[in-house]
Amino acid sequence: MKELVILSGKGGTGKTSITAAFASLADNMVCCDADVDAADLHLILKPDFKKVHDFKAGHRAIIDPEKCTQCGQCIDLCRFDAVKDIFEIDSIECEGCGVCVDLCLEKAIDFSENICGQWYISSTRFGPMVHARLGIAQENSGKLVSHVRQKAKALAEKKKLNFILTDGPPGIGCPVIASIGQATAILIIAEPTVSGLHDMERVAQLSRHFNIPAMVCINKYDLNVDQTTNIEKFAESANIAVVGKIAFDPIFTQSMIQAKTIFEYDNNSQVSKNVRQVWENILSRNKFNTSFIGEI
Amino acid sequence: MIISIASGKGGTGKTTVATNLAISLEKDVQFLDCDVEEPNAHLFLDPTIVKKEQVVAFVPQVDLEKCTFCRKCMDICRFGAMAVLKKDVMVFENLCHSCGGCFAVCSENAIMEKERSLGTIEHGVMDHISFTNGRLEIGQVMVPPIIKKVRSFTNFETITIIDAPPGTSCPVIAAMKGADFVLLVTEPTPFGLHDLKLAVETVKLLGIPHGLVINRAGLGNDDVKSYAKKQEIPILMEIPFDKKIAKIYSNGQMIVDSLPGYREKFQELFDKIMQLMENRENR
Ligand code: SF4
Ligand code: SF4
Ligand code: SF4
Ligand code: SF4
Repeated sequence: MKELVILSGKGGTGKTSITAAFASLADNMVCCDADVDAADLHLILKPDFKKVHDFKAGHRAIIDPEKCTQCGQCIDLCRFDAVKDIFEIDSIECEGCGVCVDLCLEKAIDFSENICGQWYISSTRFGPMVHARLGIAQENSGKLVSHVRQKAKALAEKKKLNFILTDGPPGIGCPVIASIGQATAILIIAEPTVSGLHDMERVAQLSRHFNIPAMVCINKYDLNVDQTTNIEKFAESANIAVVGKIAFDPIFTQSMIQAKTIFEYDNNSQVSKNVRQVWENILSRNKFNTSFIGEI
Repeated sequence: MIISIASGKGGTGKTTVATNLAISLEKDVQFLDCDVEEPNAHLFLDPTIVKKEQVVAFVPQVDLEKCTFCRKCMDICRFGAMAVLKKDVMVFENLCHSCGGCFAVCSENAIMEKERSLGTIEHGVMDHISFTNGRLEIGQVMVPPIIKKVRSFTNFETITIIDAPPGTSCPVIAAMKGADFVLLVTEPTPFGLHDLKLAVETVKLLGIPHGLVINRAGLGNDDVKSYAKKQEIPILMEIPFDKKIAKIYSNGQMIVDSLPGYREKFQELFDKIMQLMENRENR
């Protein structure tokens, strides 16, 4: 089983549009949207949301005013300032550590499990898809990311598919770390801007930290060829393969508006050719460089 | 007065709006870059850094001489950060949320506080802007404590502009909560609209007045505008889709320094925000 995780560090570099395009090219694939905080892949892949499941993780503390004697201990104990002076708990601040719950002598604090989102198993025109939606202002995005990846893997095993294509979250924090553990490789979609380079460097450091091989694809490369050169130089110094460059083209937006991949929108456009080439480069690396394969 | 600049989707131009707004104001401004996973504002503002500091969290360290291996610490820990073995106690520092539970329950006084680094904070200046940003250490996951630390430097005497992280989960909340106004930045595309809706839900949950900047106007379609109209979210500024602007941004330059008329436009944006706040107060 192989898993390619698409990351960008910085948002808005075209990660999801490119993932959708790859999904249409990949064989024997399960698609996994691990950007659970602001998932967009479904807007192009149009999954059917066939199986909906609640995702429970963590707990939320609630004081029962009937039992509470207002002794004030929970206020002193809570390190997150979540217990207000009126003996109510601010659910947004509560970290779910349960310390106040365990130590309240009156057993006045309820600690029920929290539904922090939904996750789905769907069919799409390119194959099965596992995706999710984290509730607004919820924690545990990392846990939900791990969960959808596990489910994608289980689904792939059941359906005897050998490839997982994962659209990862932006940033380098908890959800990103959850999205790359044990992946075969990471593909970074970078854009040729000073912030794009900066953010890509941080993702590259992360991939090295967790020892996951990384590749980079430069999107909108012709927007700023000097910055593109800087990205290429950095990639070389960091031992990251540049697997392709994609020209800047509003076709990405136009196909998004029609809920199509760029191939469905215009199979013969220059960017369609670029993206197909990137995909082939990735596959050939996987095939020829055995040190790179690493089963998950 | 705290203005938090946010967007559900990443890469919509949040940092562009935040930095250009800050530089356009003709009074003292404080800039807090709370996008601590990928801080970028310093690349545009280029402040002179005057001070750096660590952000630390405490984690338990067990004195095995005193420990009776009673497991109370392990039982209270909801994050699986402690494992009590027969003759040893293991602490998984990366899992620890510093909730203090283990300290509170250890009756042998066997647990001491140890510090671990989550990231760094930098302070700097650039003309009329006093600048602070946070930076998550590679491999660390505790983002909200760094954002809270950055925000602990808020100067309530001046205008504070916060560059918030993307998304709708705990880091965004930490960067928005307590703000007087949230300026949402989006682009007129299906992804932009979808993520804007999530961001609006988040702001509404926090009950903060808000307005919208449409960046790359003309690139996609009019759905964002109709949505804003329906939701009665004021559109305070539109920045056209223009390759010139994209190029300026790509080099780390400021729009207001490179294109005429933009300084005034950002000043107008600020005036509109103040107007909205005033109207609200009068109501
Ligand atoms: S510790 Fe229990 S009894 Fe005391 S104030 Fe808190 S909830 Fe009430
Ligand atoms: S569960 Fe933890 S964070 Fe929540 S209120 Fe109790 S002590 Fe505070
Ligand atoms: S609670 Fe204290 S004495 Fe008990 S196992 Fe933990 S460290 Fe040791
Ligand atoms: S401080 Fe809280 S999270 Fe950390 S080890 Fe102790 S009980 Fe666990």
